[in-house]
Amino acid sequence: MREMAGLDEGAPLFVQVAERLADEIADGTLPEGERVPSTNELAAYYRINPATAAKGIAMLTDDTLLEKRRGIGMFVAAGARTRLLAERRKRFAERYVQPLVAEAGRLGIDADELVTLIRESSHGQGGTRP
Amino acid sequence: MTPAISVAGLSRRYRGQLALDNVSFDIGSGSITGLLGRNGAGKTTLLRIIAGHEFASAGSVRVLGARPVENDHVLRQMVFVREDQAYPDFRVGKAVQAASWFYPNWSHERAGALLEEFRLPLNRKIKKLSRGMRSALGIVIGLAARAEITLFDEPYAGLDPVARQIFYDWLLADYAEHPRTVLLSTHLIDEAAGLLERVMVIDRGQIVLNSGTDELRGGATSVSGPAIAVAEFTSGRPVWNRRRVAAQESAVVAGALDEADRARAAALHLHLEPLTLQQLVVHAVGSPEPPARERTSA
Repeated sequence: MREMAGLDEGAPLFVQVAERLADEIADGTLPEGERVPSTNELAAYYRINPATAAKGIAMLTDDTLLEKRRGIGMFVAAGARTRLLAERRKRFAERYVQPLVAEAGRLGIDADELVTLIRESSHGQGGTRP
Repeated sequence: MTPAISVAGLSRRYRGQLALDNVSFDIGSGSITGLLGRNGAGKTTLLRIIAGHEFASAGSVRVLGARPVENDHVLRQMVFVREDQAYPDFRVGKAVQAASWFYPNWSHERAGALLEEFRLPLNRKIKKLSRGMRSALGIVIGLAARAEITLFDEPYAGLDPVARQIFYDWLLADYAEHPRTVLLSTHLIDEAAGLLERVMVIDRGQIVLNSGTDELRGGATSVSGPAIAVAEFTSGRPVWNRRRVAAQESAVVAGALDEADRARAAALHLHLEPLTLQQLVVHAVGSPEPPARERTSA
């Protein structure tokens, strides 16, 4: 299998390219107002067709996370991170908490024990309590 | 817009053998398409007819809107790199020079860089080159020509993995700067998967699959785990193929899975793995997939 910088076969490549960029916007690696890599830069990095990279960019433009500045390139739109985080919070329970609780149930870990485990893990990672 | 390549009802018969059987497709300009299929499936015949090297028995081929055969205008905008290309008794440098005279968009700069990258000795006679080096020379000409229609037929006989990676990276880089219509026949599907926007699969002279790679990816998933759980998960879904050992089973399920499906698979302790493009193509060619549709030509 040819190395495509971590992209896999599970989903359309353009969706994966868009998700990678969205991750970088969400964690602040790509701050608002920052220029995002061009289609050709992304194509060369991931070793994918430029049209595929362009579709990934277009997906984020449609979601208004990116904006085009004529002649210069694509930039992270104002408010992109806030909107992205709000959207991801909404999906958090469904994507992470529900499977976590289900697996805990299978292993006989009750809710109190689960909460304790999360606290410990959170301390270990230097996380803060609200 | 006129398609870059338009093939309609194309058939080619050799002494009663049907090498191409009523093939039709259009390829838009500015795209990279993979032409896939087993040995003898008809890939080379199809490319040779598109390149104007061979006549059709029936049907039509239009390249850039015109018939390619003996059409100088079209031929100068089309480069065809074959597996084991035959060259006159030239040295490498002379062959490259001759190609540069023929192709109007030729890039000397790109040719020079590629010759160096592939470490091709300009003074060496082509006859004295190794098989891999001859392939590399074909690739240099194919890329430096910057021809609107670029046809590669298994261009990498004898090339090592490093040289193949050079080919993919330079094809991508040059294509990004100078978009054109590339048709690449290959067996190394997974290696080339990221480059391809479309794949056409040809089997026994017929196109059996013609689809965008985005639509294909994720189109089938291998589900494995305890046989009872696999049976529960796959019930009511189209299954291409099942394998079983003791109480473990692995089944290939056609169709995309959604989040609910994934959650259910996780709850059943099943392992999901998407099929690679190569595996999808193998299924398209040789699998006993939809049992309702029988193959007539066996």
